[in-house]
Amino acid sequence: METILDFFSFNNVNVIYVTIGSMLLTSSAAIVGTFTFLKRKALVGDAVSHSILPGICLAFMLSGDKNPLYLIIGAFITGWLSLIIIDLITSKSKIKEDSAIALILSVFFGIGILLLTIIQKSGNAEQTGLDHFLFGNAAALVGSDLVTFTIVALILLIVVYLFFKELTLLAFDEDFAKTIGMPIRLIELILTTLTVMAVVIGIQAVGIVLMAAMLITPVAAARFWTDKIKVLILLAAIFGAFSGLSGAFVSYAAPAMPTGPWIVVVISTIAFISFFFAPKKGIISRAIKQRNVVQQINDENILKSLYQLGEQDQEYYTNRTIEDIIQRRPFNTSVLKKGLKRLKKQGYMESKSGTWQFTKEGKNKGQRTVKLHRLWETYLTKYLRIAPDHVHDDADTIEHFLTPELESRLEQLLEYPELDPHDSKIPYQKNKIKNNSTQV
Amino acid sequence: MNAFWIILTGSLVAISCGLLGCYLVLRKMTMIGDAISHSVLPGIVLAFLISGSRDSIPMLIGAGLLGVLSTFLIEFFHRKGKLQTDASIGVTFTWLFAIGVILVSSYTGQVDIDQDCVLYGEIAYVPLDLWITENGINLGPRSVYISGTVLLIIITFIWLGYKELLITTFDPALSVALGISTTIWHYLLMGAVSITTVASFESVGAILVVALLVTPASTAYLLTNNFRKMLYISAFVGVLLSFGGYYLAVWLNGSIAGAMATTGGIIFGLAFIYSKNKQRILQTNPTTASDQINRSI
Repeated sequence: METILDFFSFNNVNVIYVTIGSMLLTSSAAIVGTFTFLKRKALVGDAVSHSILPGICLAFMLSGDKNPLYLIIGAFITGWLSLIIIDLITSKSKIKEDSAIALILSVFFGIGILLLTIIQKSGNAEQTGLDHFLFGNAAALVGSDLVTFTIVALILLIVVYLFFKELTLLAFDEDFAKTIGMPIRLIELILTTLTVMAVVIGIQAVGIVLMAAMLITPVAAARFWTDKIKVLILLAAIFGAFSGLSGAFVSYAAPAMPTGPWIVVVISTIAFISFFFAPKKGIISRAIKQRNVVQQINDENILKSLYQLGEQDQEYYTNRTIEDIIQRRPFNTSVLKKGLKRLKKQGYMESKSGTWQFTKEGKNKGQRTVKLHRLWETYLTKYLRIAPDHVHDDADTIEHFLTPELESRLEQLLEYPELDPHDSKIPYQKNKIKNNSTQV
Repeated sequence: MNAFWIILTGSLVAISCGLLGCYLVLRKMTMIGDAISHSVLPGIVLAFLISGSRDSIPMLIGAGLLGVLSTFLIEFFHRKGKLQTDASIGVTFTWLFAIGVILVSSYTGQVDIDQDCVLYGEIAYVPLDLWITENGINLGPRSVYISGTVLLIIITFIWLGYKELLITTFDPALSVALGISTTIWHYLLMGAVSITTVASFESVGAILVVALLVTPASTAYLLTNNFRKMLYISAFVGVLLSFGGYYLAVWLNGSIAGAMATTGGIIFGLAFIYSKNKQRILQTNPTTASDQINRSI
């Protein structure tokens, strides 16, 4: 607790730098990631981030020190090269994109590891800390390093702002962008460059190995909350910044820990909360919606069966046993019992010592379902010329989804038919018929 | 002798990976292989912490389960959450790998692996970890037995399920018609990939396993249209990159696993250029092309 308070009091100026730096880096990665995500090329980020390791090592071997500018240039070159080679392999051979990505990322990373071990064994004293790029070390974001990374991040944000419309169009509808004469190749090049830039600066805080997460996870989480691209970018940036903040905190509280994994765990937690609990799109809310529809269909089927039993005996308000209902329509007993209880709670049903009876509302609802079923059968035979013995299943599904508007359109179109194709009477509600016929 | 043991272990691991890689490449699932190879890390560390030893059986089981779990999670987020597949893969494996790295760095004292081992394995130390019986007979490095056993399991798996794997890979619709469950074979294959990844983990590390899974299989895919030949070529390339990798690493004084991946890249590059040239000859000289096609028919 004390550490948390200490951290947020920002007494140490370095803490402020590290915090601002890592928030800026993670959020700019999240912003660029939005476009690659929408283009369904999220994993390309993984290839780029692994491919910059040989670049960093080569830059170090050639320059002999850890000046971030050299390292960024080196990383930029190999990161970019990796994307070009992936493109070359997929377009010039039968190798598919996924294999090309996996191949390039692992081979480039392998070369990087080979170079890194060579450097480590060379005994150059400057090399300590080079391996911090693997898992990230936000604490290093101070002084001139921070200035370099911040400038790159700002350039990146400005470019995204200037080309926002083009990038959006490319992400959503490449073909359309081509048709209206947009220079697709150029914009793709810009997006590629932005991706490489975001990865290159992000590795200081997150590390090469897990950098892909910063491009993918924030936007994947944000996607569950919105359909608007501007909101999406903003949310992704906020999620990214929050995880960056936590990374800075970890580097403050436990300096020996690599920061990357913690940043990724925080952003993944945000993502999982979004996946499950987001309203509308979340897994749980989807499941509830689905269950409600299943229940509604089931309940309407129960009322329908009772109504049909009533039709048979010309007596709607008698007590029916569960067996009666099952004889009419093969329900699963426990499902039926649960449905009946629910209907009773909603006021469509009354129960008396194990037998069940409609209320007036229940009868009307059952009647409406039967009517819709038969109207639809009539419609299919009359207008789509489908044989009468083929229309039942379709009607059994659609009867639950027809809205009152469609219902009245159907009635008018078919001119209130009396019988369905199977010569069953179509049950209209009496007062309604009167109203409607006066209208017509 | 050390060189022999290292190359032998490398070859055994590379052959297992190469064989399974053929299926991953053809099923367009190599990135899932990548995801599995990352996801087994927390399983390995937890197995270490729970069993308290470097015993292979709990490790294989624990990490194998995590590998399969990760494929299940990827499917789950894709199906139930309507998350696009590439993002689903990316989110899942980075999360599990991050947990693994945190576990490794929090329990550095207790767990016998460190961040370096996670990244590029310790195949160089294979000859040091010997299996010596109670009578004092030296049976050779332990890793050789582990990777040998896994290779046997993989070969048996492919041999017994050859037809099923082939049909579910090339024609899922037909396999459904024949009553072969694509789901079961999918998860069996993922299980096999998980086991192989765990066994390879100690030798080449989590990330370079991907190189072994993809490079030989992609090279073989470029060179042949015959699936059986693809398996053989892939296994052969595996052995080749193990040899090449070892000597390259000795020459440059660097990581053997990194050098193996580098060699793999070079072999693939050569195959790529070769297949391009062959294509060009076929295009510029249509008579020989049709001859060749006739002959091959």
